[in-house]
Amino acid sequence: MSMRKLEIEVLRYDPEQDSEPRYDTFEVEIENDVAILDALNYIKEEQDTTLAFRWSCHMMVCGSCGMMVNGEPVLTCKTFVRDLPDKVRIEPLENFPIERDLVVVLDDVMDKLQKAKPYIIRKDPAPEGKEHIQPRSALYKFKQYTMCVNCMCCYAACPQYALDSDFIGPAVLALAHRYNIDSRDQGKSERLDILADHDGVWHCSFVGACSEVCPKSVDPAGALQQMKVDGAKEYWLQKLPGGKS
Amino acid sequence: MSRNPYVRPVSKTTWYMRNGRYRKYMLREVTCLLVGFYSFFAICVLAILAGGSEEAWNSFLASQQNGFWVGFHAAALIYYLVFMTFDWFKLAPKALPLQLGEQKAPDIVVILAHYVAWVVVTAIIFWLTGVI
Repeated sequence: MSMRKLEIEVLRYDPEQDSEPRYDTFEVEIENDVAILDALNYIKEEQDTTLAFRWSCHMMVCGSCGMMVNGEPVLTCKTFVRDLPDKVRIEPLENFPIERDLVVVLDDVMDKLQKAKPYIIRKDPAPEGKEHIQPRSALYKFKQYTMCVNCMCCYAACPQYALDSDFIGPAVLALAHRYNIDSRDQGKSERLDILADHDGVWHCSFVGACSEVCPKSVDPAGALQQMKVDGAKEYWLQKLPGGKS
Repeated sequence: MSRNPYVRPVSKTTWYMRNGRYRKYMLREVTCLLVGFYSFFAICVLAILAGGSEEAWNSFLASQQNGFWVGFHAAALIYYLVFMTFDWFKLAPKALPLQLGEQKAPDIVVILAHYVAWVVVTAIIFWLTGVI
């Protein structure tokens, strides 16, 4: 078991005392094969019990330990000490207000998530006494989007969201797309308001950073471009003689 | 305990210096300046043609033979290919995913289709303009 000495710089912010954030440095000796989240827990247990950060499952499922590690938005439970240099800087996810230390305010995204109606909407009644049959080919169209754990690393990577937080943003739009292309769903028109709006998909300029940083290999950038193609197609189909208005 | 969230400032003018990803994106997007320039250039060429003067047309053609313009057009073409065309074709499978049966087709299929279409369209333009 090899040990590593790390110098960990952590952004601190106490809303009751500080007017702006500052950095605290911690010297940590820790096993090389653990995650940087373990180093944070070590600091909290052994050096500074006031350090605030979110985490829960430690297995890339809950999505709550997203932070900036050396400038990259990552899940800290998936980022291993062995892959990091001796000096590590940990900050709260970019583009979100800081609640305290490494904890960010996610209210904005939670509101947007509700507006996207991320659930199956049916207009026709469900088949009586039966489930909705879905072929595997239809499942594979959207399956990757179901892997999203709402860690919000994509929002921290998105410069459009950084510049204008009215932008609905990658994860929520990708989730809306996931339901739009689900063969069981009939709610596409109900999601149109937030998607086709100026703050919806057209605000995305395809930087692609959201997909590059996604710890679950979801491709929100791809979803947004597909929604643009769909939206443009529907717009022009409406313009054709006999097209629905 | 009161809430007092801290909002970190974001520079509207230098945000793209934050990391390599953003800088690469800006290198791609700056090709819009080339598109703007060549749109203007095409209008100027059309204006010379519309003027009907053979002398003006020949003088324009001669001006394009000098080292500066040959170098400029070559540099613009290389920049556009490297930072726009190649990058855009690489990203095409994201916007146009192809599903074959149950599985998504490999990205390379969509990328290669774009290159083939590009070669075909270029060949047609060369054929129509008498280059080949």
